[in-house]
Amino acid sequence: MRIANKAMVVGLLAATLTTPASLAMAAGGGLPQLDLSTYSSQAIWLVISFIALYALMNSIALPRIGEVLEERQNRIDDNLSKAENLKAQADAAIETYEKSLLDARTKAFDAIREVKDKAATEAHDRQSKLTAELGEKIKQAESEISKAKIEALSGIEAVAIDVASAAIAKLINEPANENSVSSAVSSALKNRT
Amino acid sequence: MANPIEQFTIRPLVEINLGGIDATFTNAGAFMLLTVASVTLFLTLSMRGRALVPGRWQSMAELSYEFIAGLLRDNVGSEGRRFFPFVFTLFMFILFANMLGLMPYSFTITSHIIVTFILAMVVFIGVTVVGLLRHGVKFFSYFVPSGVPMAVLPLMIPIEIISYLSRPISLSVRLFANMTAGHIMMKVFAGFVIPLGIFGGWAPLGVDVLLVGFEFLVAFLQAYVFTVLTCLYLHDAIHLH
Repeated sequence: MRIANKAMVVGLLAATLTTPASLAMAAGGGLPQLDLSTYSSQAIWLVISFIALYALMNSIALPRIGEVLEERQNRIDDNLSKAENLKAQADAAIETYEKSLLDARTKAFDAIREVKDKAATEAHDRQSKLTAELGEKIKQAESEISKAKIEALSGIEAVAIDVASAAIAKLINEPANENSVSSAVSSALKNRT
Repeated sequence: MANPIEQFTIRPLVEINLGGIDATFTNAGAFMLLTVASVTLFLTLSMRGRALVPGRWQSMAELSYEFIAGLLRDNVGSEGRRFFPFVFTLFMFILFANMLGLMPYSFTITSHIIVTFILAMVVFIGVTVVGLLRHGVKFFSYFVPSGVPMAVLPLMIPIEIISYLSRPISLSVRLFANMTAGHIMMKVFAGFVIPLGIFGGWAPLGVDVLLVGFEFLVAFLQAYVFTVLTCLYLHDAIHLH
């Protein structure tokens, strides 16, 4: 029984794999696809169902999907433009911040320079003033010194004349000639200085 | 053992007669309606949430929409937008018919030449009408290939006309033959499983497992091919080469 089955199966396989005609013969009634009597009913139901599907797709399914896709695209575009907007704002804020930072820095530098310059000129002024004052004081002191020196020198002349006259009087026992002594002393002093 | 072509039998369910024309509601008609219902339910139920971030089902529905829209855009151009509902319907109808036919004990409506032929004729006539409406008499210049010497034209024009007229035949036979052959193959190998017994039966079963996977590929591919060719024909009708 099993062998008979196998033989039948192999035969059937051989038949099916050759031509549709032999396939039809093996089936014992022809391909159902070639049965013309079924064509009209299939055609009618195909037309009905295809038109129905077209109507359903066209009026319900496709608009719905299209709507959702469009909505999503709009949302994405909207978000993108929003993000772009925010980025522009952030950029502007950064720019103003940097600008103000730069301004503040230059202002600070200016202030520092001003103060420095002021301090430098003040110091310079004070120094020159001090130098002038000191010069004057030195000059005054020098003139005082020279005055004192002259006074001292003139005192010395008188003392020297007295001493010289006294010495001459002691040496030669007679009063010295005043005029000659004073001229001799003054010339001697002049030679010294 | 089951007859491998028994699966294609048309069985009447409700006898209907429209003025002498047989319009019986058969298993084929039932599967056509089931196809329509499946496509509609798939696309409406999956989009029910209208989620901004789609889930799995909504992704599939959107993917099929964008797939066909992209196909039309790439092959036809911006003029193809008007035909989007038709091309989408065609693709979904064939795809779901093919897929439903792969379910056990089901019926494959696209394995019947009359069904694929009517679909192909709708495409053929529709495309021709689009071309005629758009270009008028100039449409017939489509059959005169450009850049061909005058001497060859008497030969080329009939060839062009024959190749144009054979479009619905190649379109319909391709789908019908693929579905029929695939289903017969699966049935034949399935028929070997029990007769070959507990030891020998595994081999045809394994082949059938591979075939089922292969048939899912074919089911998608044939729907895709049918749609792409429709798009190409539309392109020809709109742009004339």
